[in-house]
Amino acid sequence: MSEPATPLLEIKDLHTRFHTLDGTVNAVDGVDFDVYQGETLGLVGESGCGKSVTALSILQLLRCPPAEIQGRILFEGNNLLDLDREGIRKIRGNEISMIFQEPMTSLNPVLRIGEQIAEAAKIHKRMTRQEAWRWAVEMLRMVQIPGPGSRSKQYPHKFSGGMRQRAMIAMALSCNPRLILADEPSTALDVTIQAQIMSLMQKLKEEFNSAIVLITHDLGIIAEMVSRVVVMYAGKVVEEAPVKELFKDPRHPYTQGLLGSIPVIGRKEQTGRRLQEIPGIVPSPMETPLGCRFHPRCHKVMNRCQEQEPPMIHLAEHRRVSCLLEA
Amino acid sequence: MTQQHPRLREFKFTLYRIFRNPSAIIGFSLLFIFAGVALFAPQIAPPKYPHNPYLMPHKGFSPTPKPPSQTNIFGTTSGQYDIFYGVVWGTRTAFKIGMFVVGIAAFVGVTLGAVSGYLGGIVDEALMRITDVIWAIPTLVLAMAIIVAFGRGLDKVMIALALVGWRWYVRVIRSEILTLRDQDFVQAAKIMGVSDLKIILRHILPNAIYPVLIMASMDMGSMVITASFLSFVGLGAPKGYADWGQMVALARNYIVGPPGDPLKFWYAIVIPGGCIVLFVLAWNLIGDALRDAFDPKLRRR
Ligand SMILES: Nc1ncnc2c1ncn2[C@@H]1O[C@H](COP(=O)(O)OP(=O)(O)OP(=O)(O)O)[C@@H](O)[C@H]1O
Ligand SMILES: [Mg+2]
Repeated sequence: MSEPATPLLEIKDLHTRFHTLDGTVNAVDGVDFDVYQGETLGLVGESGCGKSVTALSILQLLRCPPAEIQGRILFEGNNLLDLDREGIRKIRGNEISMIFQEPMTSLNPVLRIGEQIAEAAKIHKRMTRQEAWRWAVEMLRMVQIPGPGSRSKQYPHKFSGGMRQRAMIAMALSCNPRLILADEPSTALDVTIQAQIMSLMQKLKEEFNSAIVLITHDLGIIAEMVSRVVVMYAGKVVEEAPVKELFKDPRHPYTQGLLGSIPVIGRKEQTGRRLQEIPGIVPSPMETPLGCRFHPRCHKVMNRCQEQEPPMIHLAEHRRVSCLLEA
Repeated sequence: MTQQHPRLREFKFTLYRIFRNPSAIIGFSLLFIFAGVALFAPQIAPPKYPHNPYLMPHKGFSPTPKPPSQTNIFGTTSGQYDIFYGVVWGTRTAFKIGMFVVGIAAFVGVTLGAVSGYLGGIVDEALMRITDVIWAIPTLVLAMAIIVAFGRGLDKVMIALALVGWRWYVRVIRSEILTLRDQDFVQAAKIMGVSDLKIILRHILPNAIYPVLIMASMDMGSMVITASFLSFVGLGAPKGYADWGQMVALARNYIVGPPGDPLKFWYAIVIPGGCIVLFVLAWNLIGDALRDAFDPKLRRR
């Protein structure tokens, strides 16, 4: 792999806490990972393990209730957490942008599609109205919306879910950001559209030479799209591996459980394998278990898992696991 | 393919809904007539004193109202002021009061409510507590205090009403914005680096403005009635000023006629009083119609 030495984004010991009326929620509790230019990094984990909060922490978009973000988020060497409001606003959309899950509600119903895409270009690239509009049409063409000229003049209600997600992608890419945070960009879409959206993102990523952090539950998408995977559980990173190794040799029992829960159609007879599920649910961030957070659900649980927090064990470059079995 | 703005489309649909409703038709017709009278007041009733057209002309000083005649088609009220002239120019006064008070109140209220709801946190807390304090001030008492301090006059009444009128709007727009603020499209705009001001103006307010329209319409009526009341008790428009409330006040000794003919001076009360009632009714009917038309539960979809 020919990755440049310094990462585009380095997250170091990120903690995000919400101070709610019921107590403090440690939604992200000491996460670190790197993203290199031009790569696609997968971020997986069950619902509620803090993936979205991690992504939103990068852009500091957590406000309600005000989140306390600690740690360092280095983007091209600068700590984003040191920036003021104006500073982070110049990064948003321009250097780092985000696509989220819900295409149906992510577009403003009273603004034309073209206007919404042109908005960021006007702000960050100082384009005039006409230039920005032309650019928006160009972006719509790039995300393969047929008839972009007339479509750009329409309002979101005329767009189907897949087309809206394309429009969202056009919007997110409109300033050619270096990093795109894609939070389950295709979960709300049907399967064929999902595949189209994913291959479109892959294509555009190469065209623009951006990096993507792809957050998803779908391990099929992970297998196809990403080069490296970070597995999160209850606000912590439990394993990181290049995608092939992860599928071949998952080390953490949680990762093994996740991989065991993918259905493989038509192969049951051949493998004799039954669909596995991980028993139990992700613990609430307010009452994380002592010791290893996964131990109440782990099928390989040992006595010391209940007392000792597992250390992060670095097996190779970009290959680490946090489990006492490895220690 | 030409596209209709969804607001325009909605607007057309809304118009259709509004005009299916007979009370809305009455409301808008009344408003249309009042607006016409206010607009063409100089043609309908040419002022006698061009430098101060709001001063009602009068011939003589007799305190007894005179019935409608050739020269005074609605008769004259106490002091021989021409009722016709008074109600025509009084229409202008009513619009002036309503538009000034509601305009300022809505502008201040929407601005503060938007800032408060959008920024949240300590700003919200501070602004809402200030609003609570304003809520504790009785409008009429404030108006009287201002008039006692600065002297009588319609302008003081308008200022007093505007000073407290915004408190409604703050609460309504704030609650609208609290629900809109966390919508995905607002988050999406933030992600693209759109500034807070632009988010409020372009993304939030256009989606939150209907309740304000409804309230403003209702408020037009109630502000005019409050101002009329203050004029009636002698705190608003000075004697002889073309203001409906003040005209009713002029005739207050002639509400009941002499024994045997209690309705003798009906025109001095009913004409200006009726104008107030119809004006307020018009705005309330319109407000009701708007509410019905915009109520999401009653709409299709
Ligand atoms: N604003 C908030 N206030 C309090 N707790 C929050 C807030 N936002 C998120 N959380 C908590 O943080 C935890 C992590 O949430 P997050 O949305 O990151 O999960 P996720 O991994 O993205 O899940 P999903 O796959 O369902 O999107 C959850 O337990 C959630 O309850
Ligand atoms: Mg999420």
